[in-house]
Amino acid sequence: MGAADKIMTQGLDQTQFDQWFDQRFETKMAQREEAHVSSLAIIATKGTLDWAYPPFILASTASALGWEVSVFFTFYGLELLKKDLKLEISPLGNPGMPMKMPYGPQWLKDINWKVPNIVMAGVPGFEKVATGLMQQTVKNNGVASIEELRSACIEADVKLVACQMTVELFGYSPDDFIPEIQDWIGAASFLPVAQKSDVCLFI
Amino acid sequence: MNTQATQSLDARGLNCPLPILRTKKALTAMGSGETLAILSTDPGSVKDMQAFCKQTGHELIATNSNQGEFEFFIRKS
Repeated sequence: MGAADKIMTQGLDQTQFDQWFDQRFETKMAQREEAHVSSLAIIATKGTLDWAYPPFILASTASALGWEVSVFFTFYGLELLKKDLKLEISPLGNPGMPMKMPYGPQWLKDINWKVPNIVMAGVPGFEKVATGLMQQTVKNNGVASIEELRSACIEADVKLVACQMTVELFGYSPDDFIPEIQDWIGAASFLPVAQKSDVCLFI
Repeated sequence: MNTQATQSLDARGLNCPLPILRTKKALTAMGSGETLAILSTDPGSVKDMQAFCKQTGHELIATNSNQGEFEFFIRKS
């Protein structure tokens, strides 16, 4: 005889039992929700200065909210775990990227320079210049550097894991990377983490 | 509004998500029931501080705004 049958034989009819169950269910669910720690799983796949921001901003902020955070770095995303960050930006083929001067009078700063793709592709060092301008813009606006955000993540115990296959594919040396990487794993190890997370993002 | 703060944090000139990260760090070092005063110039921090407190259970006692500067008082849970 199940618990429900027992309760009914003790004088509760179906309606009373349903009421009791609904109430109990609500209480239990509320308890469960209270005890639940939210979690975020990010798959970081890009290795440019602009795309380095979303994973580190979201991971550090989630950890500040008390969430458990794991970030899986794969393909070009591994650049974000290098000891020596040499992240660059490429405006080439990115029409959404505003091209503005971070220096000079306001009227000059306000101009959005529409540089033709052929110029961006043909001028040597164009990406270096664009990277320098982006770094200055970031500084002018009080936006954190990638190093700073990465340190914040490490301090907050964000779990940084790296894709083993990519290291071999691109011929990286494990010495190139920060020692805070918690594990070198494959897709089969990260997917179960992603499955259990409340929020999972592919960036 | 005059609120007595145990500690203060100057997050002026910093942008998202730094004010929140610094706030979290400062609160970690404080005792339960103590109050942290935060100064910020990031307009986004007004909504972010509310969301942060709602999620973490700390109490946002007051928010003041004065000529592009924002002042928050948070009581640690």
